[in-house]
Amino acid sequence: MAERPLTGDIRPGVMPDISAYESAGGYEALRKAVSGMSPEDVRKAVTDSNLRGRGGAGFPTGQKWSFVPPGEAASLQKYFIVNADEMEPGTFKDRLLLECNPHQVIEGAILGAYAIGAGRAYIFLRWEYRLAERRLREAMAEAMEKNYLGKNILGSGFSLELRIHTSAGRYICGEETALLNAMEGRRAIPRAKPPFPQVCGLWGRPTIVNNTETAANIPPIIRNGPSWFHGLSLTEDAGTKLYGVSGRVKRPGVWELPMGTTIRELLEGHAGGMREEYRFRGVIPGGASTDFLVEEHLDVKMDYGSVQKAGSRLGTGMMIILDDRTCPVGMVHSIIRFMARESCGWCTPCREGLPWLEKILNALETGDGRPSDIELLEEHTRLLGPGNTYCALAPGAVEPLQSGLRFFREDFERHIREKRCPWR
Amino acid sequence: MLTDDERREIEREVENCVNRREACVEALKVIQRSRGWVADDQLRGLSDILDMTPEELDSVATFYPLIFRRPVGRHVILICDSVSCWVMGYEDLLRHLKSSLGIGLGGTTTDGRFTFLPVACLGACDRAPAMMVDDELHTDLTREKIDDILRRYP
Repeated sequence: MAERPLTGDIRPGVMPDISAYESAGGYEALRKAVSGMSPEDVRKAVTDSNLRGRGGAGFPTGQKWSFVPPGEAASLQKYFIVNADEMEPGTFKDRLLLECNPHQVIEGAILGAYAIGAGRAYIFLRWEYRLAERRLREAMAEAMEKNYLGKNILGSGFSLELRIHTSAGRYICGEETALLNAMEGRRAIPRAKPPFPQVCGLWGRPTIVNNTETAANIPPIIRNGPSWFHGLSLTEDAGTKLYGVSGRVKRPGVWELPMGTTIRELLEGHAGGMREEYRFRGVIPGGASTDFLVEEHLDVKMDYGSVQKAGSRLGTGMMIILDDRTCPVGMVHSIIRFMARESCGWCTPCREGLPWLEKILNALETGDGRPSDIELLEEHTRLLGPGNTYCALAPGAVEPLQSGLRFFREDFERHIREKRCPWR
Repeated sequence: MLTDDERREIEREVENCVNRREACVEALKVIQRSRGWVADDQLRGLSDILDMTPEELDSVATFYPLIFRRPVGRHVILICDSVSCWVMGYEDLLRHLKSSLGIGLGGTTTDGRFTFLPVACLGACDRAPAMMVDDELHTDLTREKIDDILRRYP
C-alpha cells in the first residue's frame, strides 16, 4: 500500500494521544529541525519539496514563506497561522486531520513558526468543529508538557506560544486577509493587496497563513526529505493529497492518495461508483468554487496542472458529484445562494451581483425564467470574474455557473421553455 | 452590565492577547454562554474592557452568524444548506423541519425551545445531509431520524 504520511496512523475510533504519535515518528521532525537545522534549512526543504497550498489556491508554500523578511535575529514579531476554518462547500478533509491527527497539525505549526522565526502561532478554527477543538486543546497540553511547545523548546533556545482562535461562523473568514481582520477583532472583510500578509499581516507584522493540510505535510517533509515527498506523487505536483467524494455515490468519503490520482479512480474505485439507479452527469472537482467537469474528463489526473488544463481547478481536491436525477440548475442555485449569503458585502460586484444571480436562478427554478436570463447569467460570470473584486469569493462562486451554462445549457433552456424545473 | 464572573473570564482571555480587541470574539462568546445572547447593555460593558466602542463591537457581533444579538431558544438547530447536503435531500428535510417546528429559518418556536438557522457547509459531506443541535453534529439525516433527534432536546 502506498505511503500515507498524513493519515496512515489514524485508527478509527482510537483517540489520538501523544505517545502513539511519537512512536509513529511524531515530533522527530521537530527534534531534527531545532537540533540540527537552521530556519533557512527548513525553508529550503519545504521549497525543494514543491509542497503547494492545500487550501484551494495551490500557491507554493516555500515561496510564500520566502516573502517573509529574513533575519531570525530581527526583533520584529512574526506570526504563523494555521487556517482551520474549513467551510468550502463539499470539503471535509481538514476535519479528519484536526479530529484524528491533531499532533501532526501542531507539529506543522511549530515547524512553520520555526522556519519563519515566529514567536507566536495560531490555529484559526471554525466554531462548528467542536470535537476538533477539544482534541487540539488536549494535544496542545500534551505537547506543552513534553516541551515541544512553550519556552526554550527541547533546549534549543526557540520559544513558541501557540493559541487557538475559535471563530463564530462566516465563510469569508477563511480568506487569508479576512482571517487576519477577524483575529484583530474587526469585521472579517478582505484587505487590499499589496501589502501581502507575508510582509504586513496580523497587527502589521509579517504573517504566514497556511491551510491545515499544508501544515500537516511539513513534519513528514522535514523528517524524510524533499525527494521522498516527490516520490509519493504520480505527477509533477509532489506529495499525497486528501481527496474526497460526496453526492449520490455508494461510498462517500475522504482518502489520502498519491497526488495525481484520476477522477475515475476516485469515483469508481474509492467511492464505489454511482448508487443504483443514479448515473453520473458531472463533477465539481475541488469544492464549490471550481468549474464543473463531465464524463470526458474522468481520466483527468487530480493535480494542479492537469485539472487546470481540463478547464477547472484542483481547489480543495474534494469532489461533489452531479447525478442524472439532480437538477444542474438547482445545484448551481444552491452554490450561488450560499455565496450570496456569505459575501461579506465589502465590494460592490460581489455584494450586488451574487444576490442578483441568486434571484435569476431562483426565477428559473420556479418557472419565471425569461429567455434573456441566460445571457444575463453569462454576462455576470465575466463581471464577477477575476480582477474585479478584493478577494476570490465572487470569481470562485461563478466558476460552477459558467461551466454549468456550458455543459448543461440545454437544462437551463428547458427551465425557461417549459416554465418549470423539470426535476420537481 | 457584565457579571464579575464574565468580567474575570474575559480579562483572562485578554491577558493572552497581543492587543485587547483581539479577545472580542471570545468575549462575545463568554457573554453568550452565560446569557444565551448578547444585548446592547453588555456591549457597553465590554466596550470598557476591550477599548472598543459599543458601535465597533456591534459591527463585529453582527458580522458573525453564531453571535446572537437577539434572544434564541434553549436549543439552536443549525442546518447545513450547502451543495452536498442539497444534493442529498436538504430541501425535503427543510420542509419537514419547518412543519415540525412550525417556524421558518431564522425563527424561534413559541415555547422557546428551538431556534432554527442555516449554517455554512458543516464539513460532513460524506455523511450528508447534516445539521448541528447546540454542540452536537447529526449526520445521515432522514425525516425519521430528525424526529428522534428533536425529542432528545427538551
